[in-house]
Amino acid sequence: MDRRDLLKAMAVTGGLLPMLKYLPASAAGREGTLLVVTGFGPNSMDIQRSGSNRPSYQIAVNLYDRLLTYGRSERPDGSISYDYATLAPELAESWEVAADGMSATFNLRRDATFWDGTPVTAADVKWSFDRAVSVGGFPTVQMRAGSLENPEQFVAVDDHTFRIDFIRPSKLTLPDLAVPVPIIINSTIARANATDDDPWATEYLHRNPAGSGAFMLERWDPGQQVVYRRNDNWASGTVPAVERVIIREVPSASTRRALLERGDADVSLDLPPRDTSELIAAGGLQVTGVPIENCVHALGINVAIPPFDDVRVRQAVAYAIPYEEIFRSAAYQRGVPMYGATSPTPSSTAWPQPFPYATDHDRARALLAEAGLADGFDVPLAFNMGLAQWTEPTALLIQEGLGRVGIRATLDRVPGANWRTRAMVDKSLPLHLKNFGGWLNYPDYYFYWVYQSDRLFNSMNYANAEVDSLVDTTLHMEVDDPDYAPNIRRMIQIAMEEVPLVPLWQPFLDVAMQTDVEGYEYWFHRQLDARPLRKATD
Amino acid sequence: MARLIMILRRFGQALPTLVGIIVVTFLLTRALPGDPAAYFAGAAADAESIEEVRVMLGLDRSLPEQFWIYLGDLAQGDLGMSISTGQPVLTEILTRLPASLELTLTGLLIAVVIALPLGILAATRPGSWVDHLCRLIVTAGVSLPIFFTGLFLVYIFYYLAGWAPSPLGRLDIFFLPPPHVTGFYTIDALLAGDVETFQAALAQLALPALTLAIFALAPLARMTRASMLQVLSSDFVRTARANGLPPGQVLSTYAFPNALLPILTTLGMVFSFLLGANVLVEKVFAWPGIGSFAIEALIVSDYAAVQGFVLAMALLFVGLNLAIDIAYTVIDPRVSLDA
Repeated sequence: MDRRDLLKAMAVTGGLLPMLKYLPASAAGREGTLLVVTGFGPNSMDIQRSGSNRPSYQIAVNLYDRLLTYGRSERPDGSISYDYATLAPELAESWEVAADGMSATFNLRRDATFWDGTPVTAADVKWSFDRAVSVGGFPTVQMRAGSLENPEQFVAVDDHTFRIDFIRPSKLTLPDLAVPVPIIINSTIARANATDDDPWATEYLHRNPAGSGAFMLERWDPGQQVVYRRNDNWASGTVPAVERVIIREVPSASTRRALLERGDADVSLDLPPRDTSELIAAGGLQVTGVPIENCVHALGINVAIPPFDDVRVRQAVAYAIPYEEIFRSAAYQRGVPMYGATSPTPSSTAWPQPFPYATDHDRARALLAEAGLADGFDVPLAFNMGLAQWTEPTALLIQEGLGRVGIRATLDRVPGANWRTRAMVDKSLPLHLKNFGGWLNYPDYYFYWVYQSDRLFNSMNYANAEVDSLVDTTLHMEVDDPDYAPNIRRMIQIAMEEVPLVPLWQPFLDVAMQTDVEGYEYWFHRQLDARPLRKATD
Repeated sequence: MARLIMILRRFGQALPTLVGIIVVTFLLTRALPGDPAAYFAGAAADAESIEEVRVMLGLDRSLPEQFWIYLGDLAQGDLGMSISTGQPVLTEILTRLPASLELTLTGLLIAVVIALPLGILAATRPGSWVDHLCRLIVTAGVSLPIFFTGLFLVYIFYYLAGWAPSPLGRLDIFFLPPPHVTGFYTIDALLAGDVETFQAALAQLALPALTLAIFALAPLARMTRASMLQVLSSDFVRTARANGLPPGQVLSTYAFPNALLPILTTLGMVFSFLLGANVLVEKVFAWPGIGSFAIEALIVSDYAAVQGFVLAMALLFVGLNLAIDIAYTVIDPRVSLDA
């Protein structure tokens, strides 16, 4: 090619300028299809693989069955929530705990089949449970929380009877069977794709789910979308009303909002609190906000780093925080306030519950003076940039509040990838914003993870012998045990007095939907359970 | 033939650069703060499971050992697994790079088609309204942040007017991607003879490409104008005019081709800017491109993904620079590849 040819070629390309043509926004063929837009998509089809992210949990929820599920209850505002107090059948149509309380026997549904038509047997359940306690990482830790620790505990009695032998009686064991982790996998397919290096078929199941759940996988374009197709032969519950569910990743919150307001998306997840409150004000859409159980946004105070080893300094911090402003302009009131309780003792065994602290600068100054710090001190205030939506404005307001009583805080913006190492593993952050939510909704379960000495989420380095022993004795105790309520109250009482953690608010899980979408249920795992959803127009 | 040898020689010269890039990215990713093992072990992991993940990722080995394994994999064309997306890095790059390139090239094409005539008109009529318009567009293009332009266009054309399809990535939800040939949906759809999918892909492409074009317009138009002004005041143009050649011929035969060289250089630079600026556009339009992949990977210290991305980009730029150099020799016989 020489220069004349090139110039000619350029002229030709110019003439072929594509005409930009817009298609109308209204799309046909929507019946029976639900379009969900979300900020982040799954990175695996297997919840038990190490590295599976939080959105991957929805695959476990919608594509797989567990032995048990939870009941449903209606909340005061008419929305539907799962009910942690009742367990309901999923793959197991009935179950009973042995008289000695040391085992539970499950009777599997005889009509339940995997997607490929093979019946679900106790051998599949055994293989799946063995896998969950053996693969290591998060699934194994979660199973251990329910005292499910080694494969010898799981016995396939016959094709449709499965038994779990307990290593200790615990109120957490049965509820732990209904969390997303202990999924029942088609062991025939999985075994056929296992290798010597990979006995649990993690590579295969990562891409190819093999379950018996209400939906099957139609396609997965990583980073773009997941499409579920209804399993018409689902035996473990009411067959879903929608035929297809498309879950599209739309990273920009503004774009998600535009899609919803234009009526192109049916459901939008991961709403920033600000958008939520504006959508509610604008009307025309359904917005459901349910307080996330056993979860609280809080300021952690590292008791191992002076001057925070002095309880008066911690209390001074708790009195210096501008709670009201934070709740208004960082949380946009999408939550339940966790401050300003009038009684200094816990009012119930509920967790989280408001702490007896409110903004009181005089009191904070007095406490600091008592601790010999009338001139204040300098301290970094760390927060996770990965959660900047609520952490950044909250940190700025706390910085200002602390400044009023002489504590000079500097902001330490920690990138998401470093957060775990610095906050949880090294436990080196003096003041830090944290959130933790426990799946199993018991106060002692929260205390086990956050307040007990040396636990991963105890980023406050808090150590209190009484709390440690209270948690140990209460963790596996049944809630109707006479010691349960007093123990819980005592734990909360100590947490209030010693304030290693200053609760700010209990966040809402907000979901916005078109008005014709019905059947939404709140679940503790915070993922969208698409099975009960339906569209009124269908 | 001579040109082919020169091209091969240029590739040979690029090899040391690539080796340098491989070493530097390997070391840089390891120098990133954060512990990928702790991150990927999941929220509730204990020390034991973090250690298991570390062994699984091979991060318990010494740096030279890790580097040697990485080189071995690289030699077999294996870029490793991206732990954040759970896919092989090569697959990610092969699906995402065409998406980014399709968007960038379309944006660039729109920019060129608008910027060149605008710059030429502004240069031939300095001080006229075209010149002022050119200045206005250039200023706007430089000063508007790219995500703002993107959201603004979405607001006008999708939210208010309803002309554009929903900003849901490369295709509306009711279309399936065309069979993979080039990875460019518009071209693949045409190759498959599927006009409907072509139109759908083009419609999805329009707004994000326009956003990029507005950003790219400014430097191109400015460079065209400046370069044309300089050429138009040169001796050979004066001679051509003095000889009574029609103005159109003077412009197209003598002035423009001679002004092309700096424009081409700018084009190459703008292209690389655009690939970087893509990230924000990708976020706004849910475009599954390489920029957002790289950013996510960087945030979570996903070593293999970052290394693979940098390597792919390096190869792309080596190719791009070569293409531009070759284009120089075609446009201007005085430039040779040896220079």
